Amino acid sequence: MTEVSVREIFKSYGKVEALRGVSFEAERGELFGIIGPDGAGKSTLFRILTTLLVADSGSATVAGHDVVKEYNAIRACVGYMPGRFSLYQDLTVEENMEFFASVFGTTVEENYDLVADIYRQIEPFKKRKAGKLSGGMKQKLALSCAMIHRPRVLFLDEPTTGVDPVSRKEFWQMLGRLKEEGITIVVSTPYMDEASLCDRIALIMEGRFIGIDTPRGIVAQYGAPLYAVRADRRGGLLNDLRGMEELEACYAFGNEVHITAKQESAETERRVAEALAAKGYGDVEVRRIEPTVEDCFMKLSRR
Amino acid sequence: MREEHVIEAEGLTKMFGTFTAVDHITFDVKKGEIFGFLGANGAGKTTAMRMLCGLSKPTAGRATVAGCDIVREPERVKRNIGYMSQKFSLYEDLQVWENIRLFGGIYGVAEREMAQKTDDMLRRLGIYGEKNTPVKRLPLGWKQKLAFSVAIFHEPKVVFLDEPTGGVDPRARRQFWEMIYEAADRGITVFVTTHYMDEAEYCDRVSIMVDGRIDALDSPGGLKRQFGVGSMDEVFYKLAREAKRGE
Amino acid sequence: MRQRVKVQGGESAGRTGGKGVFAAFVKKEFRHVVRDKRTMLIVLAMPVVQIILFGFALSSEIRNVNVAVLAPHYDEQVRRIVERMDASEYFTVTGMLTSDKDVDMAFRDGSADMILAFGGGFDEVYTVEGTEIQLIADATNTNTATTMVMYATNIISNSLTDGQQEMKAGIVPDIRMLYNPQMKSSYGFVPGVMGLIIILICAMMTSVSIVREKEQGTMELLLVSPMRPIMIIISKMVPYLVLSFIDFLMIVLLSVTVLDVPMAGSFGALCVLALLYIIVALSLGLLISTKVESQMAAMLGSGMVLMVPSMFFSGMIFPVESMPLFFQWLSKILPPSWFITGVKKLMIEGLPAMYVAKETLILTVMAVVLIAASLKNFKYRLE
Repeated sequence: MTEVSVREIFKSYGKVEALRGVSFEAERGELFGIIGPDGAGKSTLFRILTTLLVADSGSATVAGHDVVKEYNAIRACVGYMPGRFSLYQDLTVEENMEFFASVFGTTVEENYDLVADIYRQIEPFKKRKAGKLSGGMKQKLALSCAMIHRPRVLFLDEPTTGVDPVSRKEFWQMLGRLKEEGITIVVSTPYMDEASLCDRIALIMEGRFIGIDTPRGIVAQYGAPLYAVRADRRGGLLNDLRGMEELEACYAFGNEVHITAKQESAETERRVAEALAAKGYGDVEVRRIEPTVEDCFMKLSRR
Repeated sequence: MREEHVIEAEGLTKMFGTFTAVDHITFDVKKGEIFGFLGANGAGKTTAMRMLCGLSKPTAGRATVAGCDIVREPERVKRNIGYMSQKFSLYEDLQVWENIRLFGGIYGVAEREMAQKTDDMLRRLGIYGEKNTPVKRLPLGWKQKLAFSVAIFHEPKVVFLDEPTGGVDPRARRQFWEMIYEAADRGITVFVTTHYMDEAEYCDRVSIMVDGRIDALDSPGGLKRQFGVGSMDEVFYKLAREAKRGE
Repeated sequence: MRQRVKVQGGESAGRTGGKGVFAAFVKKEFRHVVRDKRTMLIVLAMPVVQIILFGFALSSEIRNVNVAVLAPHYDEQVRRIVERMDASEYFTVTGMLTSDKDVDMAFRDGSADMILAFGGGFDEVYTVEGTEIQLIADATNTNTATTMVMYATNIISNSLTDGQQEMKAGIVPDIRMLYNPQMKSSYGFVPGVMGLIIILICAMMTSVSIVREKEQGTMELLLVSPMRPIMIIISKMVPYLVLSFIDFLMIVLLSVTVLDVPMAGSFGALCVLALLYIIVALSLGLLISTKVESQMAAMLGSGMVLMVPSMFFSGMIFPVESMPLFFQWLSKILPPSWFITGVKKLMIEGLPAMYVAKETLILTVMAVVLIAASLKNFKYRLE
């Protein structure tokens, strides 16, 4: 059953085209990731789906309701966590929870079982003002508040931005459990490494989806031999590799360099290693690797 | 022969009342090195960096940056460093060249060199045509590259980068790191604070702060071997999970 | 896989807006106010400080004016006038001068603010040839100077008529100050302070608090909730309505007890008028909040656009009657001027409630127009 359906959405702010024809569908209980850099149009898309903005053209439904005509029905059955921390900083953890519960016409007790997992972690601090929480705890509170009315669909706009890796990891584990409850989750992130945690992902760049598939499917589409290169010195390495005829692309990737060969060849590794050794590099290591989502994003955005 | 150290910290400590924000950290950074300074939210990164920039006095310990003592000569420290943060770096409502001129002036770049250096820099960045554009109209990736160029415009010995590349697209991020590598090859030491582990992978050496202490310090490869894991993310997770503070 | 999704959409997609939500919202709003020290300071301290400032420090009434007397002969008539002067609460006779040369000195060394100079032979010929009394006042502050000369003239003419029943020559001015016989300025500014504080608390605080929700992103969350937009607005207004009504009561209490301002008319009618005015001010704040995006702009909007004109053109500081026609006309469209006029009538003049029918009607019309305009402008989406 399709819970979220988006068809050819366009949206401009004056001259800036934020979204230029975006379409996708998410099934009930699916964890759908929208991955792309800041300014790619992620927040605009979320605001259209949560009925806060109206698209210039195109249509969308959430939980079977049209986002423009039936915005009231959508507002009653979705949970939304905006891009930046948007709770009342001067209210305590507990007060925020109670407030949002009553705004949605429910109580904390009624749906406690759903948020218990997450809320229990911040409950020891329930008398603390939300503004005084650490990044990870703020995010847990925001998620609890977005969930307190047992929404059918959850929209989480960059929930892990500015949060340290430990909290990020815990957060994704929580999303996995919510998914099992049958809740559909649409989540956005600028971090490519979070892509593999989603059921399906859409890569977004400059208002367009440049790829939609399962994380595996995206990686499988890479379709060219990719190698990681390292040597004893970094200076000049990129430029020397870029001078090589048989390579299509090369870019830094952490402390290594990733290179893509134009053609599949068993000789590539040896030839690159020899060429580098000839230029005086020591400890040269070239090995074939599986592409990551980030490699795919690089390749897809090149077109 | 002893390698030249551009940053040396010994037992550097900062207390706020009874709270020890930075707890006796000792490390040094070599000339031309890209040094990643990692830690969870609230681990003490910002406090430590403020001390190194001469903005805050340590409670105990000593440190030199670019050969200047951070307690006795904070003004000389400031003249020899560059600073860039994602939150604030350029004045959004000023034009590109006005920003360059402003920061060049602040850091004492000679007036007669200014015009020439500005043009050179904009050509190198490939945004000469945007000279009169207000910074707020530039795409995020360009802004970051420009901010970095401005931070090293006066050829500082050390440049401090505070979470520089969060949120940019992978392509712009690569171009940014290539600029950092170039600067490092020219001998500028780069000190990067971040809690994005993929940013850490680009550094020569990284330190990881937990509860105000430096719990690990090595090259990314060395740390992965030491903890027997495949990514910096896992290294960080293993260390920071033990943290008492913050969470 | 467990399926425990309760469907809240569809038929029963009820919008929340019942008593529970309302109470929760108002409770939350009060928490914001109580926890923000600056707001509390403004709400609680401002009325007290303003009343005390205006009542004592900035008072334009005169007291203890030092008077020196210059008289060639200290005769009966002179003595009587000087004694009367000294007996009044406004003047203190500080010395007798003997020659014109002393006049300057007396002003310079500060021993006199006003000098009462009698011509020669005053006792005999005060009627025909114009033996005169001259009042020389320090007019550094023109308002004070005018007032003290007027008081002194009153005293002098009274003592002249008392002494000589048949007052044949000259027209003695008989100035009577109705409703405020002592010319107490507190009578004039109490309604003004009321008008100002209410506008400030209602308009500025409401607009700032709504815009704060926009700025911190919580408005997004409220809009994405099933709560009706109108409920968001009403629950946002209630706490400020309560607070400004408390302030109103505080001002009335302070004015009556500390500044001896009378509560001449119907207190009930005054409360109704105040409530009406508070609603006008709240809707003004709401209208401002729909137009601006930052707290700073809301502050400037309500401060500059509302407060300053209210102070200047509503007769609180300067009399509107002596302003150019354009400003007189401007003052007519400002809610505070109508409120202030109404309060003056009810509180000080003690007129029956029916005499403020015009003010009530105009404020009601203003409230309706403003509420309609702000509801029309309130966005239930982000743009």
